[in-house]
Amino acid sequence: MKIGILVSEGPFTHQASDSAYQFVKAALEKGHEIFRVFFYNDGVNNGTRLTVPPQDERNIQSNWTELAEKHNLDLVVCIAAAQRRGILDENEAKRQGKDADNIAPGFRISGLGQLIETGIESDRLVVFGD
Amino acid sequence: MSVLHTVNKSPFEKAAFESCLKHTGPGDAVLLIEDGVYAAVKGTAVADRIAGGNGAVSLYALGPDLAARGITESAVIETVKVVDYGGFVDLITEYDVSQAWL
Repeated sequence: MKIGILVSEGPFTHQASDSAYQFVKAALEKGHEIFRVFFYNDGVNNGTRLTVPPQDERNIQSNWTELAEKHNLDLVVCIAAAQRRGILDENEAKRQGKDADNIAPGFRISGLGQLIETGIESDRLVVFGD
Repeated sequence: MSVLHTVNKSPFEKAAFESCLKHTGPGDAVLLIEDGVYAAVKGTAVADRIAGGNGAVSLYALGPDLAARGITESAVIETVKVVDYGGFVDLITEYDVSQAWL
């Protein structure tokens, strides 16, 4: 089955990003296709490569990157939510006149249309948030 | 259309669980995840809502989230089935749509 995921909570709020990550892993193990993981609102904070959590703590950002690389996942960060929270890729940094970008490998920035498409194209849309 | 409702807030913190129960129909299921699993514990102020509740609705709780909170399966209300993440995935595919009560 084709499954779409929405994550609307940051990595250090409650548990949504972890739940989504575990769900996606389990779904892939069962042979389902993950159409896309869309990060919205504070969920975009999962897509920065600059966080440095303590080494004995799970690093949810790099976990997402590793999973994306292994399974060729499409991890999309909402552009409007990302701009507000300082999540930028190279193009956006240039466009906004900023001196650096911080998007994590495996993530890309795009619009809300990608969430709508996820809802249309997926057999199921599963929401994780706060 | 059958609906899998997910509740991720403790019933002692938010009204999500109560709202969810009021919107379930016959053939639906409720899956308790994250802090939502506190609703599955025996002997609490909301336990009657589950134990004596709507028999037409199936109730599930996510095992890893129970374990993370030190809730053993013997402390879980008998009518609640405990599933792992694989079971969560199966429930998503078994029901037509899912509704997250956040």
